[in-house]
Amino acid sequence: MSEIITPSQTVGPFFAYGLAPKGRAKWDPNGTYSWKETVTDNLVTPDATGEKIHIEGRITDGDGKPINDAMIEIWQADAQGRYASPRDSRRPNAKFKGFGRSATDKDGMFGFATIKPGAVPGPNGKAQAPHIVFCIFSRGMLRQIYTRLYFSDEAPNGADPILNLVPAERRQTLVAMKETRGGQPLYRFDIRVQGERETVFFDI
Amino acid sequence: MPLIYPKESLDVFPKHLSPGYRSTVKRSPSKPLIVVPHTLSELTGPVYGHDVIQENDNDLTKQHKSEPLGERIIVHGQVLDEDKRPVPETLVEIWQANACGRYVHLVDQHPAPLDPNFTGAGRTVTDKNGYYKFITVKPGAYPWGNHPNAWRPNHIHFSVFGTSFLTRLVTQMYFPGDYLFPYDPIFNSVTDEKARNRMVSTFDLDNTVPDWALCFRWDIVLRGREATPLDEEKH
Repeated sequence: MSEIITPSQTVGPFFAYGLAPKGRAKWDPNGTYSWKETVTDNLVTPDATGEKIHIEGRITDGDGKPINDAMIEIWQADAQGRYASPRDSRRPNAKFKGFGRSATDKDGMFGFATIKPGAVPGPNGKAQAPHIVFCIFSRGMLRQIYTRLYFSDEAPNGADPILNLVPAERRQTLVAMKETRGGQPLYRFDIRVQGERETVFFDI
Repeated sequence: MPLIYPKESLDVFPKHLSPGYRSTVKRSPSKPLIVVPHTLSELTGPVYGHDVIQENDNDLTKQHKSEPLGERIIVHGQVLDEDKRPVPETLVEIWQANACGRYVHLVDQHPAPLDPNFTGAGRTVTDKNGYYKFITVKPGAYPWGNHPNAWRPNHIHFSVFGTSFLTRLVTQMYFPGDYLFPYDPIFNSVTDEKARNRMVSTFDLDNTVPDWALCFRWDIVLRGREATPLDEEKH
């Protein structure tokens, strides 16, 4: 008989000073807390190879209003498609951890600096197109919601075994559009939690 | 054998839409979630070890010049999987209000005093037996705007990583016998009583330090168990 797992509860409105103490300082001069950060929104390590990219987006609620107190976490493979986890036997040699955390600002914006991930193994020996798993926490969310970011300039999206489980008319909500800023690629990924063009979330 | 993460275990979680907690109304997905298999992307997860922990990160009473006001307490327990096996070397982060029920956070408007000797944030990594331990002060109850005269029961926020990105858990630890339980829509968003009790710590007299601090024990059970022969057949 398995144990009952500990239920989730909301992250609430006041997590930032503990979980993302530096993030808020970017837009609020009073927003620096003395606590140190474990996880930041910059995943790039000096030894990581691959294409440096930025990811940026706005998260909005069912009224289209920005969610200014969300915490977005991302988990991704390195440029060679390897996860920095004991479960992936091809563990990278680089210090690249593949994990980032961004607290949204007053406009509901989040952002990451990272390396574009490579394709990773999928079910039944089929490769998955490059993607990043998103885990979203917020006041008003009693449990996290998971989604995925795919890249608009990746042809393998069409054959991705997960994307193909999503109704065709909703797939576009998972595709981040490529732009350029300061000579570097930036992928725009807005998350609509509810309502029109609602982002696809996964039951995993 | 690597762990599997049956979705049925999530049945005890709150529903995304729990209207008693008003903010869920506009912040819950309205379309059905898309069922997908667990791939390497979900079965792996970030690893943070003892190298990210600094002295006094797990002692919230020693992070400033003097000691904070309030009732000093020890909060400890084990992080376990669904088979009751310890989850070693996993990151546990906490944050909480001070003894007066006030958070350091800029947005907190509750007219209760801040304590210059208390931030209210902590972190630690479980040992090889899945044990964690924090020293802190008991957080106060505080009002919130959900409904008239709404008060949150005393609680400490926890963030735990575990063995994969599927085990990621953010939750709240409550204190035994809190008289605010029946009135709190967040606590009661977990409708199963046994599951609700998972969120409530127990008073731990044996680990109280005489003349110094009371102690509360709270074990955290994350998703994940070994596959049974039946599960193997399904694959």
